[in-house]
Amino acid sequence: MHEVDMTQCLLLSMHQWKQQHDPLTPRVQRVHLQVGDFTCVEPDQLVATWRVAVRQSWLEGAELAIETLPLVGRCVRCNSTYAPTAAAAYRSPCCDHPMEEIVSGRELRIRSVDYTLDAPAPSPFATATAV
Amino acid sequence: MHLPLEDTLGLNLLAANQHQAAHNREHFDAWRLLCINVMSSPGAGKTSLLERSLTALSSDLAMAVLEGDMTTQLDAERLEASGVPVVPITTGRACHLDAAMVSGGLKLLQQRLDPAGLDLLWVENVGNLVCPAEFEVGEHRKVALLSVTEGDDKPLKYPVMFREADCVLITKTDLLPYLPVDIARIEAHIHAVNPRCQVLRVSASSGEGLEAWHGWVRQQQAAVTAAALPLVPA
Repeated sequence: MHEVDMTQCLLLSMHQWKQQHDPLTPRVQRVHLQVGDFTCVEPDQLVATWRVAVRQSWLEGAELAIETLPLVGRCVRCNSTYAPTAAAAYRSPCCDHPMEEIVSGRELRIRSVDYTLDAPAPSPFATATAV
Repeated sequence: MHLPLEDTLGLNLLAANQHQAAHNREHFDAWRLLCINVMSSPGAGKTSLLERSLTALSSDLAMAVLEGDMTTQLDAERLEASGVPVVPITTGRACHLDAAMVSGGLKLLQQRLDPAGLDLLWVENVGNLVCPAEFEVGEHRKVALLSVTEGDDKPLKYPVMFREADCVLITKTDLLPYLPVDIARIEAHIHAVNPRCQVLRVSASSGEGLEAWHGWVRQQQAAVTAAALPLVPA
């Protein structure tokens, strides 16, 4: 269950992001991740862990949206891209070359955050002078 | 007013861990030592190999070990017998070491010695072929072990670990006469997922291949300490 530790890392990054908006607290609707197929992350477990972790926090209700990216290799012999599989020992079907270059599939990325910002409450002094 | 907004972060999911790992690495470089992260499944022979390597290398390299273990200190006690300083890190529920745990281990190590006097710091990770592959601890080199009893399909089943390794040691080769396993197939599978890594056959029992392995370690130590930025006097 290293997804728990990954969630902790994600929460730390989110906390730092929140501080950029100080003194306002952003209301987060969705955090978009990109997770490659050639990583040790199980997206469903990450979502389940996230749901528990954000309860009763400033991120309560925020969803985790995970886009999975396929493993794509590039055969360095003929420069064509291919989908490496364990059954083919990750070798290229074109030249039977080992998986030297990975084009995509190693991503573990916090892509973006959807959120709203409440306007700051009007200052009571400002209201007083207006009246 | 609730304007829907979107911030593009493009951050690594493990940025918090990577930040701490980079910090550990800065220390290693300032101390001009090589840090090797040793990983494998449980029982592949990490501790037995380290017992042999600590003894063999201690005549010319000053070393210390950060020993990751889930709940016990059994491995740390075994390695202490070599005379090399060992700091146990019990991870509790966690199935891997992360950069913060290694940072904690370094603080404990500093209470016992000045790391600037070390040439090589071993980090023995928790036995697991999955999680440790994704959590950097600041190491210069990753070494993965795969014992001949585990089967030739493991590099294909746990490819991320073998892809990330700089060196893969095929261990327990003294058992080959008793096993229906084709070591060339193991090597071919490692090579298929990671054509750039060094693959060596070793046995901590018979001593086979240990000279080549120690040669690799010495070579990395020389390369990394030469590449570390020269200390600028304040």
